[in-house]
Amino acid sequence: MTGMDTTAPEADDRRTFVVHVEDRPGVLDRVASLFRRRARNIDSLHVGPTHEEGVSRMTIECRADASQAKRLEANLYKLVPVLRVDDVTTHERVQRVLALIKVAVGQTQRPEVLQLLEVFGARAVDVGTEMLVIEMTGRPSQVKRLAGVLEPYGIVELAQTGAVAMTRSVEKPELGRGKAA
Amino acid sequence: MLHADATPTAPSATRTPERALSPLGTELSGAALLWEALVREGVDVVFGYPGGAIMPAYDAMARYPVHHVLTRHEQGASHMADGYARASGKVGVCLATSGPGATNLVTGIATAMLDSVPMVCITGQVPSSVLGTDAFQETDITGVTLPITKHNYLVTKPEEVVPTLREAFYVARSGRPGPVVVDICKDAQQGKARLEWDDAPLCLPGYRPEHEPLPADLEEAVRMIEAAEKPLILAGHGIIEGDATAQLRAFVDATDIPVSQTLLGLGGFPGTHPKSLGMMGMHGEAWVNQAIQEADLLIALGMRFDDRVTGRLATYAPKAKKIHVELDPAEIDKNVKVDLPIVGDVRDVLNRLLPALTKTTREDWWAVLDAMKGDSAVRDIVSLPDEGHLYAAHVIHDLYRFTEGEALVVSDVGQHQMWEAQYYKHDTPRSLLTSGGLGTMGFALPAAMGARFACPDEEIWVVVGDGGFQMTACELSTCAQEGLEVKIAIINNGYLGMVRQWQEMFYGGRYVATPMASPDFVKLAEAHGLVGLRATTRAEVADVVAEARATRGTVVIDFRVEQEDNVYPMVPSGADLADMIQRPHEGGAHNPIFETGADEE
Repeated sequence: MTGMDTTAPEADDRRTFVVHVEDRPGVLDRVASLFRRRARNIDSLHVGPTHEEGVSRMTIECRADASQAKRLEANLYKLVPVLRVDDVTTHERVQRVLALIKVAVGQTQRPEVLQLLEVFGARAVDVGTEMLVIEMTGRPSQVKRLAGVLEPYGIVELAQTGAVAMTRSVEKPELGRGKAA
Repeated sequence: MLHADATPTAPSATRTPERALSPLGTELSGAALLWEALVREGVDVVFGYPGGAIMPAYDAMARYPVHHVLTRHEQGASHMADGYARASGKVGVCLATSGPGATNLVTGIATAMLDSVPMVCITGQVPSSVLGTDAFQETDITGVTLPITKHNYLVTKPEEVVPTLREAFYVARSGRPGPVVVDICKDAQQGKARLEWDDAPLCLPGYRPEHEPLPADLEEAVRMIEAAEKPLILAGHGIIEGDATAQLRAFVDATDIPVSQTLLGLGGFPGTHPKSLGMMGMHGEAWVNQAIQEADLLIALGMRFDDRVTGRLATYAPKAKKIHVELDPAEIDKNVKVDLPIVGDVRDVLNRLLPALTKTTREDWWAVLDAMKGDSAVRDIVSLPDEGHLYAAHVIHDLYRFTEGEALVVSDVGQHQMWEAQYYKHDTPRSLLTSGGLGTMGFALPAAMGARFACPDEEIWVVVGDGGFQMTACELSTCAQEGLEVKIAIINNGYLGMVRQWQEMFYGGRYVATPMASPDFVKLAEAHGLVGLRATTRAEVADVVAEARATRGTVVIDFRVEQEDNVYPMVPSGADLADMIQRPHEGGAHNPIFETGADEE
């Protein structure tokens, strides 16, 4: 892992929370509702399974100053199905989004585009006579730059996930009872 | 509590003779399992209203030793469960059908949420096969109540009924208490499952109701208390909910620190105790708010620095360091930044602090406080001339005198609620029930009825305005059917008094939508087969109170009080605590009662 690959601690009010929750109906609603009732926007959200049965992991990006973030964290902990909350904003971490970009590229321009992808560390995952589906994993800014470069070729569709964040700590996140902040 | 001559007008339900629990392992309907769980949780009374989606549960109820109170509106059921819980410290239970039945509970659920009252609300839901189809009487009640419950559950299978209820009771009563909704689909009530019950303590992986105070923080608290010259205790609802009244008294005995209370904290420390300064905040005692601004240390115990308590945050207690003992970590630094947060159970924290404290006296600080009190410490209502008028403060003070401060009072919301807090001194916990956080008008009568089931032998008074009374007055009918005894003092000023007061003070005296006509409350009582009385002068108060106390069953008293009286002192919303509006010291058209320095009582 090189220094360039880790996201530096942020100076502005952007926040990233990693939240482990029980994998049950309605949990996402509870988490989202906590932001909604405070008129706070969720900038990006990712939810997915973990290697542990019954445990989902969320990465939430939002804007909040340090004291607001502390209260969001405390209120997230109050939700019964929430197992663990980490505000990783000030932690050294890897933070990634995945983007799929469909570009209207025929055979003549294809080699040129494929060459561009190499520069960005992106790759083609589907090829048709008149299109190319590109997969890119990286920081949102990198996806944005790639999209800018591809724009002249004609972007048909762009799908991007919410960020997934992971700290560089080797400590396994404890998900049991009594691990409140 | 139940009187013999109050024969219900409706025929009572036919009940099978055996009303007992089933042995474990029995296959039962989800509806029966519901009652098996409730009875095992210690429930013997529920408040509710039947309807289609909850009918299986009602049908199964007759076989169990549970008393059901049929309310006239589900809001009443939710406040009754709330009043029962506040008066007993146990979990209150209400029951309603899907759709409108469930949505009618919402105000009561929100009321319980803001005041941390343990409650389990059971609602019927349409069959799981039609969830989300806008079926008849379908409302997404778990969605609706998500932000106003401590937690909620949607049950779609009979085998989930018992474990869900166990969890619901555990969540409702543990840690900082709160309301829990359990929404049970009709097919989950009708389907069968085996009865299983495990008494082992529950452990939910993500739920952390308890917190251990850190020894270093406790040591720091002792240092701060010993270094302080002008310390002040702010005692909240947590003292009562956390059963810490004895610990608080011992703490005060050891440290000689004055105590002020939040509205919901009244009774957590004896109101007549010489170290009690009285209530803080918007309509708190002037000297309490002055003391807060003057103090060098605030010790907040089980309270949450509500905006009605702090006034303007920027100028709140500017000279004080703050210690905040609170069970809910989310309350720390929420409104007021504190120097020393101690997250833990207030009783546990006080128990740990007590042995470390050295006995102190604080004559200098008490001299300052006594000077602040000055003349205004005497609210000499008794000796004031009534000049043919009847003032709400007179009524409440007289009620306090005649009941010798020993009644359980349930107040509603508005001017009378503040006068009650000022003039009725509560010496014991759970002797004042009131909707503090949500400020729910219509709370008092049903909450008092619920409290009756928790306190069968206590004298219970409802103090309520003419506006709030009419919001839930339909429950008089429930009082009559159940033969319940509560005494209802309607402080009738013909206005929505607190809003009128704000209009007078802050909206140019434009009384928009506040004058209110009411029915003849005496006749209304009589129409329900209850006793109705009226007082229009001070001289009549003693007689009607005496007659009400001597009468069995519910009595409604219409106190026709001065119409445009104001609650003083007052910190305007968002103003500095030091900027209190005091009652004028001279009589005037709108301020007929003024405070004197004379204490002739």
